[in-house]
Amino acid sequence: MKNNEILSQIPEIGEEQIQLLEKLSNAVSVSGDESEVRNIVMEEVKEFADNIRVDALGNVLVTKKAKVDDPVRVMIAAHMDEVGFMLVDDEGEGLFKFEIVGGIDNRQLVGKPVLVGKEKLPGVIGAKPIHLTTADERKNPIPLDSLRIDMGPGNSKKCKVGDRATFATRFETWGPSLVGKALDDRLGVATLIELVKHTPENIELLAAFTVQEENGLRGARIAAYSMNPEVAFVLDSTPANDLPVWDEEENGRYNVKLNHGPAIYRLDAATLSDPRLINHLVKVGDEFKIPYQFRQPGKGGTDAGAIHKQRGGIPSVSISVPGRYAHTAVLIARKADWENTMKLIFASLAKFNRDVLSVDR
Amino acid sequence: MKSLIKKLVETVGPSGYESKIREVVRAEVEKYADEISVDAMGNLIVKKGKKKEGGLKVMLSAHIDEIGVMVTHVDKNGFARFTTIGGVRPHTCYGSRVRFLNGTAGVIGGERLDDANHVHAIEAMYIDVGASSVEDCPVKIGDVAAFDRPFEDLGNRLISKAMDDRVCAAVLIETLKNIKNSPHELYFVFSTQEEVGLRGATTAAYAIDPDLGIASDVTMTGDTPRGMKMDVALGKGPAIKVKDGGMLADPKVVEAMVQCAQKHEIPYQLEVLLGGTTDAKAMQISRAGMPAGCVSVPTRYVHTPSEMVDINDLNNAVKLLTALISEPINLA
Repeated sequence: MKNNEILSQIPEIGEEQIQLLEKLSNAVSVSGDESEVRNIVMEEVKEFADNIRVDALGNVLVTKKAKVDDPVRVMIAAHMDEVGFMLVDDEGEGLFKFEIVGGIDNRQLVGKPVLVGKEKLPGVIGAKPIHLTTADERKNPIPLDSLRIDMGPGNSKKCKVGDRATFATRFETWGPSLVGKALDDRLGVATLIELVKHTPENIELLAAFTVQEENGLRGARIAAYSMNPEVAFVLDSTPANDLPVWDEEENGRYNVKLNHGPAIYRLDAATLSDPRLINHLVKVGDEFKIPYQFRQPGKGGTDAGAIHKQRGGIPSVSISVPGRYAHTAVLIARKADWENTMKLIFASLAKFNRDVLSVDR
Repeated sequence: MKSLIKKLVETVGPSGYESKIREVVRAEVEKYADEISVDAMGNLIVKKGKKKEGGLKVMLSAHIDEIGVMVTHVDKNGFARFTTIGGVRPHTCYGSRVRFLNGTAGVIGGERLDDANHVHAIEAMYIDVGASSVEDCPVKIGDVAAFDRPFEDLGNRLISKAMDDRVCAAVLIETLKNIKNSPHELYFVFSTQEEVGLRGATTAAYAIDPDLGIASDVTMTGDTPRGMKMDVALGKGPAIKVKDGGMLADPKVVEAMVQCAQKHEIPYQLEVLLGGTTDAKAMQISRAGMPAGCVSVPTRYVHTPSEMVDINDLNNAVKLLTALISEPINLA
């Protein structure tokens, strides 16, 4: 395919895509029960997929055939689950003890409205107000076992131990910004849905909408084993810590920056990205003048951490949409970064062939 | 042996970036291999021989990656902040020199310490490559370096960076050269990404699907002043691993190694290592599992830029492995 043809085929992020992202962001899909997002995904892709399967852990595995002979079999993964809460003890009068599912800083919890259970019933994580606290108490974060989700006596009868809950944030757009809960990784899910709808013709797309990423990359592990792809790309969201620092020092620990384009991974705690795939993304980004950035090498991990170690090894790389305040009640991303992520992954797939992997890693 | 070790340890190859060291190893083994391949993770897999009567499919693994650093940010004055690849300890960093894959050399410096008795945190250090701005800095975010120290030959004792695990790569190379007539189908794996979690051996073991897995790696010693309590010393022979932090070696494999050493009058030690683990762990739990063990090389100052080994231990490790895989291995 010629470059101008590729450019003309890149899916646009319009009103329809934003509305789908809104629906995905507002859905409740805490690790281990991803059914609400899974239903949205299956509804969206069913007309476009050649095959759809839900596996034992709940991953949605979609195959879309190529329009060429002997295509490269490319896995693209995005996780459907999100961090959240699980009710663990009913103390009566609408008060529930709860545990955190995935990684949330305790300090993010206090005072936040939440939605509980399949019916998304309202509650709040309450705490003693300033009138009653001592100066010493205010110095320390409140431990989890001192916090409760308070639903009041009415609705709480419809909820039970084991139910999941999330922050109650509803999706909004603020000018160029996308604002909501769970945009990690609904941005990836929304991108992957578009790729199923608009797939470069040269590849066989193995789209994995995965479960349980936030509690240990569990879904991606079995998805990669069963799909057994030649190469894998992971679409995720990574924290931007790009606020200015005020002591005249340079901010050298930003992880990624908003409005600097999709973030390409080199190293995190789970993966050393395949340099051949990094080079391919960089080459395509430069050729198509798509802005991109490198995520600062460091901690964290994506589904790639599980995927690349399956079977005899699967060359893998991750690309993330940057987002401020990940794993809190509100994540802020920029629409331009999402658009450029879509461009970079689409063009990189359209330009992909086995030559990329013909040299040894 | 010494010149081979020097060549191997002085090559830059942190985890994930093993292409240079792989080519050095490939040049050494090419003549002796029946088949050579490189897999998706960059493992170099050398096949030798076919399974005969009484033989097994044996995977031998020594990792060719080393610990290192990766640049996270170059500031406006040209100082490169970094993160670690593998088990790099902060107290080994300050004042150390590093060498990037592109040849650039640098020294690790640190922010002023309020208390000189403290050690710099990794985040409080940087690599100074002699640049004065981000524009003239020859390295950028994502670039990879290894610690840089020359190889020193002290006679029996050798010092260098990356003895872990290049000395065992040398042991496997020499073992391969020695193999004349083995009943086994042998896969010598020069594995990648061991230091970040046995990742190369994990996928190689899956693909090869052997009957027996044997790693060769370095282990710690208890023979230094007020050192750790450990019954392994330099110069007393290769250590036959009984246990480490991640694996209980198959007792049948341990016994086969011990019997072999005794039969051929090769000095050996038994190793119980409290922390750490090796590629043998990944092999042992691959697919439906396999008997696994490890022949270790006693090494002082592991994961510093100056690791010390004894040449006699290496030569005896070669003898032990050669003898072990030249004969049928009794795992009954």
